[in-house]
Amino acid sequence: MDPIRQRLLKKSRQAKLEKRGRLIGLLCISLIVLVVVAIFYFVASRGLATFYHDKVNLWDFLTKQVWNPGTKDSHGVPAVGALPMIVGSFLVTIFAALVATPFAIGAAIFMTEISPRRGMRILKPVTELLVGIPSVVYGFIGLTVVVPVIRRLFGGTGFGILAGTCVLFVMILPTVTSMSVDALKAVPRYYRDASAALGATRWQTIYKVVLRAAMPGLLTAIVFGMARAFGEALAVQMVIGNAALMPHNLVSPAATLTSVLTLGIGNTIMGSLENNALWSLALILLLMSLVFNLVIRWIGRKGAVKS
Amino acid sequence: MKKPFLLIAMLIASIVGLTACQNVSKQGESITIVGSSALQPLVEAAGEQYSNNHLGKFVNVQGGGSGTGLSQIQEGAVAIGNSDVYAEEKSGIKAKELVDHRVAVVGITPVLNKKIGVRNLTMAQLKAIFTGEVTNWRELGGPDLPIVIINRAQGSGSRLTFEKWVLKGAQAKQAQEQESTGMVRQIVATTPGAISYMAFSYVDKTVASVKVNGVKPTDQNVTTNRWPIWSYEHMYTKGQPKGLTKQFLAYVYSSAVQDKVLPKLGYIPVAKMQVTRSLDGHVRAITP
Repeated sequence: MDPIRQRLLKKSRQAKLEKRGRLIGLLCISLIVLVVVAIFYFVASRGLATFYHDKVNLWDFLTKQVWNPGTKDSHGVPAVGALPMIVGSFLVTIFAALVATPFAIGAAIFMTEISPRRGMRILKPVTELLVGIPSVVYGFIGLTVVVPVIRRLFGGTGFGILAGTCVLFVMILPTVTSMSVDALKAVPRYYRDASAALGATRWQTIYKVVLRAAMPGLLTAIVFGMARAFGEALAVQMVIGNAALMPHNLVSPAATLTSVLTLGIGNTIMGSLENNALWSLALILLLMSLVFNLVIRWIGRKGAVKS
Repeated sequence: MKKPFLLIAMLIASIVGLTACQNVSKQGESITIVGSSALQPLVEAAGEQYSNNHLGKFVNVQGGGSGTGLSQIQEGAVAIGNSDVYAEEKSGIKAKELVDHRVAVVGITPVLNKKIGVRNLTMAQLKAIFTGEVTNWRELGGPDLPIVIINRAQGSGSRLTFEKWVLKGAQAKQAQEQESTGMVRQIVATTPGAISYMAFSYVDKTVASVKVNGVKPTDQNVTTNRWPIWSYEHMYTKGQPKGLTKQFLAYVYSSAVQDKVLPKLGYIPVAKMQVTRSLDGHVRAITP
């Protein structure tokens, strides 16, 4: 056999290297997939035990308002009504997103359209700095600054949905802002040029063209921020008061799914009803983050079709 | 393209390194103790002293709560599980397999925000507050302020003890819950009309403790059970303790810990108690 033919038939060094690289990549990916599946399986098996093993009605779990897993009501059914926590979680999330969105989009417009150079030099590092602050610091500031201020302004104890909203607003602001910036930057330059050529002012261009074109990206940014707010535990737990009661107003103590979870998990025994009920809350959290993910994907796909 | 190999090499190195570390600690002896955060400072202090005095023997102490302590010891995952409550009081624990070592006593007192100014409460009033029958301090001789209850988390040892001896089975009112005593103290200190409860050792100048039925919350009153809100601190082992676990428990019971460490950290030595109290709350005087 002539040497050239032999060399061509033999696997080259590069080909071997590529094969090895692919194998390593595949291993890493499958490990991650395995971990995700394992987490889902574990949380689901524990969380569903409340309904199968302890015979709690799913509908009762989602709609009853008394959360006291250690005790039973007059019918001998454990008092596990998760509605106050579910409502609390959604309220802080929605309010935080409502407050954060105008600020975030305003900052993003300033950074991309109005004053890109100054915006990028000052605002961007500042928002990036906010991302790096640990959540316990936010919680502590909330506890020592926000709560007393709310107490003085509105009475009550100061703990509640409003304090949680304030803390979460600052926490999700940088996420939403930087993603909005990316969304606005992705709008092609010729859109703006065309708009200007039609005689539109800068404000008209921003309002009618840039924001409209970036809408899917902006929505993704908001949903992303909401997902973060929904899952945040520590900072919220420090300022919301952790009372498993339906919130009457924004300054009455409430609870979120995460705050009840972090409070209770160390004090319960694996396999007991108290513990299973907490896992059920974790399952709700997991499903909600799944929903947020799906919404983001759905928005992305819809946006992609439009442009 | 060299990077993956570097990464793998690092991974392998770290795994080897970790196992090597494990080998080192296996040459010595070590036990792990998990559980109650109320008992943690004591066990940590004792463990540190013990390791200093006995070279090559290590005591790892972790918190996590009484529930964690009991469930971990039940599974045999740790050497000792710390708990503020009797294992029998926790659902899901097979208490028969566990051996109880009562190493200390902790007294728990109601604490109030300083501005309320109420100095004395009866047990019935205390119960009325925490069940939600009384909602304003005016009804208890205080200022016209709504009562703000701050609870510890459900299943926390302090809360179980407090509710057992104050509420005596009545259903507590749903209220704010906080994870740690430090947090409770800060909130009580700053929130008008707030009331909560904590171990004696945590009470400081920022909050006001009260007399209950005219009895002051002091160690002395706990030892005679005139102050009824107290609990044993338990260190549970699975079966009779052996080896290092046994030696360490003996050390905790020794006078080096009981007479020197305990009072400094605000616990009451079991030996000082003039009464014993059984699981069902039956109090008996100890005749010397």
